[in-house]
This record gives sequence, structure tokens and C-alpha cells, in this order.
Amino acid sequence: MIAAGLLAQAGLMAAAVVLAAVVPARYRARAAGPAIAGIGVAGAVTGLLALGGSQGVVEMPVALPIGPLLLSPTALGGFFMLVIGIVGAIAAVYAIGYVHGPSASRSSWMALAVFLASMQLVAAAADVVSFLLFWELMAVASTALVLTEHAQRATVRPAAIWYAGMTQVSFFLLLAGFGILAAQAGSTQFTALAVTAGDSTEANVAFVCLVLGFAAKAGVVPLHVWLPRAHPEAPSHVSALMSAAMVKLGVYGVILVVTRFLVGGATWWGLLILGLGLVSAVYGILQASVASDLKRLLAYSTTENVGLMLLAIGSAVLLRSNGTTGVADVALAACLLLVMAHAAFKTTLFLGAGSILRATGERDLDRLGGLGSRMPLTAAAFGIGALGAAALPLTVGFVAEWVLLQALIHGASASDRILAIVMPLTVGAVALTAGLALMTFVKAYGIAFLARPRSQGAEQARESPLTMRMAMAAAAMLVIALGLAPGLAARAVADAAGLVGIGSTGLLGIDLPAVGALLDPAWLAILAAALAVPVLMVSLRYARRRPRREVDLAWGCGGVRVSPRMQYTATSYAEPLARIFDDSLRPERDVIVTHSSEARYLVERIQYRQRLSDVFETRLYLPAIGLVDRMTTAGRRLQNGKIHFYLAYSFIAFLVVLVVVTL
Amino acid sequence: MRLDAAVLAVTQVVVMVVLTPLLIGLMRQVRSRLEGRAGAGIAQPWRDVRKLLAKEVLKAPGTSWVQATGPVVLVASSLVLCALIPLVGTVAFPLIPDDLFVVVGVLLIGTVALALVGLDAGSAFGGMGSSRHMTIAALVEPTVLVAIYALSVPIGSSALSQIVDSRMQSPASIAAPVSLLALVALAIAVIAETSRMPVDNPSTHLELTMVHEAMTLESSGRDLAWLELGSWLRLAALLGLIGALVLPWGLATEITPLTLLIGVVAVTIKLAILGAVLATVEVFLAKLRLFRVPELLAGSFVLALLAVTASYLTVQA
Repeated sequence: MIAAGLLAQAGLMAAAVVLAAVVPARYRARAAGPAIAGIGVAGAVTGLLALGGSQGVVEMPVALPIGPLLLSPTALGGFFMLVIGIVGAIAAVYAIGYVHGPSASRSSWMALAVFLASMQLVAAAADVVSFLLFWELMAVASTALVLTEHAQRATVRPAAIWYAGMTQVSFFLLLAGFGILAAQAGSTQFTALAVTAGDSTEANVAFVCLVLGFAAKAGVVPLHVWLPRAHPEAPSHVSALMSAAMVKLGVYGVILVVTRFLVGGATWWGLLILGLGLVSAVYGILQASVASDLKRLLAYSTTENVGLMLLAIGSAVLLRSNGTTGVADVALAACLLLVMAHAAFKTTLFLGAGSILRATGERDLDRLGGLGSRMPLTAAAFGIGALGAAALPLTVGFVAEWVLLQALIHGASASDRILAIVMPLTVGAVALTAGLALMTFVKAYGIAFLARPRSQGAEQARESPLTMRMAMAAAAMLVIALGLAPGLAARAVADAAGLVGIGSTGLLGIDLPAVGALLDPAWLAILAAALAVPVLMVSLRYARRRPRREVDLAWGCGGVRVSPRMQYTATSYAEPLARIFDDSLRPERDVIVTHSSEARYLVERIQYRQRLSDVFETRLYLPAIGLVDRMTTAGRRLQNGKIHFYLAYSFIAFLVVLVVVTL
Repeated sequence: MRLDAAVLAVTQVVVMVVLTPLLIGLMRQVRSRLEGRAGAGIAQPWRDVRKLLAKEVLKAPGTSWVQATGPVVLVASSLVLCALIPLVGTVAFPLIPDDLFVVVGVLLIGTVALALVGLDAGSAFGGMGSSRHMTIAALVEPTVLVAIYALSVPIGSSALSQIVDSRMQSPASIAAPVSLLALVALAIAVIAETSRMPVDNPSTHLELTMVHEAMTLESSGRDLAWLELGSWLRLAALLGLIGALVLPWGLATEITPLTLLIGVVAVTIKLAILGAVLATVEVFLAKLRLFRVPELLAGSFVLALLAVTASYLTVQA
């Protein structure tokens, strides 16, 4: 069954590529879209089977002396295939209505099919070579997709270059890490690598290489710089796939490393992962909270969520080395639940952002507004996604964060000083992250969908076509369904990583016997509904007596101007926060005051400009790139085109070789 | 067990709805007397709510369904808080934990509803209030979670009813340094979250300094009534939580008419004491500048963090 599922994915990929190539432009979306959705469904079904314990192998012999390529998803791989498959299917259906211009081209559809299939096969790979092969395929296809609109905007090309550069950094680190492991084990198969462990230098180097390599793909600070550039520039269905599915493979890699290849390492391994996660979570959400480009905001929020996932993995490693395996299991479960939750709400949010972009041509929150009445379904779906991202109760985001916090507060113990200090700090950081996420998504929803339109594009917005609405509704439904009945998700997660101490209870609630906590959101919803009934009854009684009366102008303390430009914008909404975190965000502000010509005390015009750049990019990457640039420029002097210089070089090289050989 | 919990939850909700406007009236009355005014009597908030409920609602152009739904969501979330927090007794629903994270989550639903109401009409004041409100809420959250985490360490559970139960059984733990640190941190967080002095001035009439009031400027009639009642209920529930943590006596551990009666009387007295103290302290405080508030909150976070680490160290000793 598994083998058939894997072959079906490859077959559907080939079919989608062929359809995208031969079907004329008018019918291309309707032909290629369903085929790509089929790849996703096949992947999800295969993943579900693997999660249920089915086994199967696809073996591809190759001519090179490296053994056959193996595809055989484990339960964990199956879990990730399931998540990626569902996201892929939804994004493909969305794409049918969304694509226009360059994103509707042959190459774009072909790359989309290859991208989705290769992501699913990465999760199925059971040996190093096939893993890296599909990893690279995924990277190439996604780079092509990021480049889709390069002729429309000048910002696309630098984004793609950053992305390709960071992807290659990630690949080389992985190659080095896997190389060390494979050399030690004498085999490239994952089952053989699994025995490699210990506290040797090789293990330490391999660990650092692999974790950093996967972290770069996952968008973890300080390797995140590609993410806030590539996500906004890619077409929205691709952003959804990249953010909700592709970065998860980085998380998958880190889990593989700590649960299969290098089990039970030193304490600093756990601290390293936890530290990376902590910094990413806080920095990511801080940048997101002050961002006014909607897709950039969502991209930074991805960094935040991946940070939380790594934080969970790091605490699981620490707790396991401390001997509290029950709580460690809960932490790992929290990580997988976060993967699921983030996939659900980030798909919804990116698809919603795409819907806004398509309807208004705007991505800048400062130029949106009033979309709630113009695009009701997009507003509802984006709202649900935003609630999930803000981790409010009754959404899947809350369940995941609740499990994480339960693991953290039960993880510390008096006997372990490191844990007694690390865990409270981590709880504080997670709480700050949650608070800032709340602010970020209230801003994103409130500024985009409420109040009055701030630009003409927003004023003339129309609701999106049917396939887009279907996809958004499906994704939003997942956010709510998994949030109300997390029991199923809990079981899937427990199966995926062979965890004990997590199960379901009540009306599909979640039960954590390892830490003595349970949560049944369905009952919470019932309680809330029961308490809301009397309030609604009172409201309806008075509403019948005195209906709402529309007035011409809002009150605004008598100071409302008719111009919508007088409203609060996303930038002004985040201004207090930008001021409070001035030291870590380093915004550049220009205020130009033009005085009236008659009197200096009268102001004619004030111009305010604020630029927020990524601190890591300006302080770390740009200087490093500048250094390399200068060195290569200096190196150019050697190559001056004069033949006798080149002869001299080869003569000197010859002498050096002779000297080295004789020594 | 489940029936007991339901009886208790209904009692708590009804008692809190009846008492809360009186508590606000009491606080205003204390303030008036200390400032040398006569005051309107403690039943005035009740009369205000009744009057507002019956009044006509004005709908500004461009406002959406949020204007009508937000207030109802706020009240409903406050009522859930009243049902979950151990105010009259400590019998919890078996499947809905009165878990600290769940309580904070429900609290935040109300926060978000209020912030969205502020943004809905598109007036500059509403946006300003909403922005400040969310900034403060974001900075308060670490303190709240870490402070209650500190209280949960000795018993190994984050359920509020179990924390209160254990404090009832060993009153000495209330005066322990860890518990005091955590309580001070929690009190500061509650004051910030419920928009009281010195973070926000609940009786201000100067738009530029408003936080809470700025968000409700565009609401009228029953919308405003729900917003006011919902916010008051949040304050009362959180004060009640502090009351249960500081003075855990009188709470019903099992449900009989007598224990319920004692619980209701106890919570009334506790709320009256805490409300009077809060109002008295507020008279002597000036509102902080908005950009000094983070310093206050950072201070309270450090207290909470100290409380947690200290609680591990004392367990060891």
C-alpha cells in the first residue's frame, strides 16, 4: 500500500508536469490544479497509512556505488507527509482560481508539481542520498517558484538570490553532517545511521552541522534572512506551501537528528536547540508585530512559530538527558502539535493574504481597511487563522501552546539547577511571544478588515472566486476542528513519535497523564455558549424594542474627519511597541518639519518616515558580504590579462609544489 | 462531581453579576469620599447599566458586525472567567480545567474583543486606545503566567482550585517570601490588565491619555452597557482570584447550601475589602506616562521570575 502510494505521487507528479506543458493556457489551471491536488491527497493518504503503522519500501537501484535509493516512510515521516499533503492539496485548489499572469505559466505549474512531490518524498526518504536528492529538488523547484514574478517587481530577484544562497548554505551543512555520520556508520541508510551516537568530536561536529543546516531551512534566527524576503515575493499559494509545509521539513530534520541519529547527547545540545528556538521566537514575533507588509508579517510569524517548535525539541532533549522522559514526551508532542497547528493557520493566513492581494493589489496594511464588508469569506477565514496564530482558546494554536506550557512548567525540578533557571525563563519568553502574537494579529485583522478603506484598491475590492474561497474555508475549518477536538491530533502525534503520556479524553479532548493535566475544548465551548445565551437574550429583547440607528458620522469626540487617512494605521498601531523595543529593532526615523513662512511657531507640514530593517541582515550579513566582496575585488588584481604574469604564476606554483613534495 | 461543579459555576456567575456593579459603586464611593465629594451611592453603576441597556444604539458608517458582537463576546468571556476561577468554592469541572493557561486564554479573548471594537469605527482615538491596550496586554502576559507558575511549583499543578486548596490547608505558605513576591507581581499585572491606576485612569476625560475609555468612545446603548459590565466583571473576577490566593478562607470545598452561603458571604467581604483598598491606593497615585509603564511591568516580571527560581531553591532546602 505504502509503495503504491509513493509511486502514485511520482506518477501524479509526472502527469501534472505533462498536463501543465501541453494543455493550452485557457484550461491549464483546471487541468494541472486538480492533478497537483491529487499529489497532495496521495501524499496525505500514504502518510496516514505510515502513521497507522503500515510499512512499505520503494527501492531504486542506481549505477553509482552508493547502494539503492530507498523510500520508506516511518511513522514520523508519515506524519509530516500527512501535514504537507493536506497543505499541498488545499494550496493547489486555491491556485486554480488564484493564478494570473506569470504564475499561470507552464513553468510555474510544473515547478509547483515538482515542489509538492519532492517535499513529500523528502519525508519518505530512508537513506541519505535520496533524502538529499529530493531536498535539492525541493530547493530548486521552490527557487523557480519564488522567481515567478521577477519581471513585475525589482524586489523579486534579490529575494530569490538570498533564498538560493541560504538554501545552498543549508545544503552544504547537511552534506557535511550526513557525510560524517555515513562515514562513521559505513552506510548511507538511515537504519544504519541510527546506531551512531556518543560524545565524540565527530558526533559533536555532525550535530552542529545538521542542526544548523536544518535550522537554515526552517528559518531560524540568525539563518532566517531569506524568509522575510522570499515569502512576500512568491505567489501566495507558494508562500503558503513554503511557510506551512517546507520549513516544517527543517523541523522534521532536527527531530530526526535528536530522536534517531544522535540520541542522548550532551546537555549543551539541548541548550543549543532551545537557545536557537528562544531567540527565533522572540525576535520573529517582535519583527512581525512592527511589520506593516502583511506577507512580511506572516513570514516573521513563521520564524516565531518555528522558534517555538525548536524550543519544544530543545526542552525535550534537556528533559530526556535529565531522566524525566514522561515530560520530555509531552514537550516533543507539543512540537508536533505546533507543526500541525502552524500548518493549519498559516495556510489560512497566507491564502487570505493572497486573496487580499488579488482583490486590492495591496500588501501594505497601511493602505488596506474596510475589507470585512467587501470580502466577507476572506475576512472570516483570515479572522479564524489570526485567532489560531494568536493562540486563543478553541483554536488549534491554543491547544499546541497549552501542551508546550504544561511541559515547560512540569519540566523544571529542584535537583537540576540548569533546568530550574532555564524553564522559568523559557515560560516567560513563550508568554511574551504569545502576548506579542496577540497584538500582531489584532493589528493584522483590525487594520485590514475593519474601519474604512485607506486606498482606492481597498475600496474597490471584490470577493475572490469559488476555488479560492473553498480552499480558505477548508483551511479555516481545520483550525477550528483541530482546536475543538484535539484528541485525534493527540493520538496522531503520539503514534508519530512513539510517545507515551499523551492521549485523548472526554469529547475528543487532550489528556496528558504524564503531567496530570487535561483539556477538553469542546466542553469549554459548551460552557461559553451556555453563558452567552442569557446575554444574547437580553440583547435581543432590547434590540427588538430599539433597533440600531445609522448616523452620518462617527462620534470621535466631535473630531472625526471624513478623510480615511486620519485613521490609525498599522504603523501607528505598532508605534508604542517599536518605541519600547527600540534597542533591539533599531528603526530609522526621519521627521522633517516644514515651518510656515509667516511665523516659526506655525507648522505647515510634518513628514514622518520610518524604516525597519532586519538587525541581523544589516549588522551580520551585509558586513560579511561586503568583506567577501572586497577580498574578491582585491583578488582581481592577480588576473590582469598579461601572459608573462600568468607564466610567472605557473612557475611559482611549480616551485611550491616541488618544495612541498621534497619536504 | 460534575453536577456540583455546575451548581458552583452557576452560583459564582450569578453572585458576580449581582455584586460587580456594586463593587464598582463601592470603589467610586470610597474615592469620592476621600476626595471630599458626596458620591452617587454604590448602586449607581447598576442604574447606569440598566439605563444604557434600554437606550438606542447609534451605528456609525463603516462599522461592521464587530461593533455588536465584540461587547457580547467580552461579557461572555468574563462570565466564563467567573465560572472557572475559584471564587465561592474550589470544586472544578472534571473536563474543563480551571487551569491557569486556560483562564489567561479566556481573559485574552475578552482583551481581543475590546481591542477590535476600538478599531472598528476607524476613529483615531479608538485606534490609539486599542494599540495601547494591546501593547500593555502583550507586556503583562509574561508576568501573569510566571507569577502563577511560581504559585503552582509547590503543588505541581497549574489548576487554580488545587493551588487555592493547598493554600487553605497550609496557611503558612501564604506568608512565605515566594508567595508574597508572586502575589505582588500578580497584583501589578491585574492592575495593568484591568486598566486601573497608575497604568490607566478609569475616570479620565482627556482623550489623549485614555486607554480603556478610548476604545469604547464609539459604542452606545446596550453595546456600551455590555462593554462596561464585561470590563467590570474582569476586574472583579481577577480581584476575586487575588482574594482567594491571599485569604483562601471561606471557600466551599464541597457543595451544600450552607457552604455555598458561607462562600458567597466570604467572597463579598473579600471583594469589598480589596475594592476599598484599591480605591484608596488609587487616590494617592498619579497616572504613569505610557512609556514608563513597561518599566513597571518589567519590574513585576522580575519579581515573578525571582519567585519561581526561589520556589525551586526553597523546595531543595
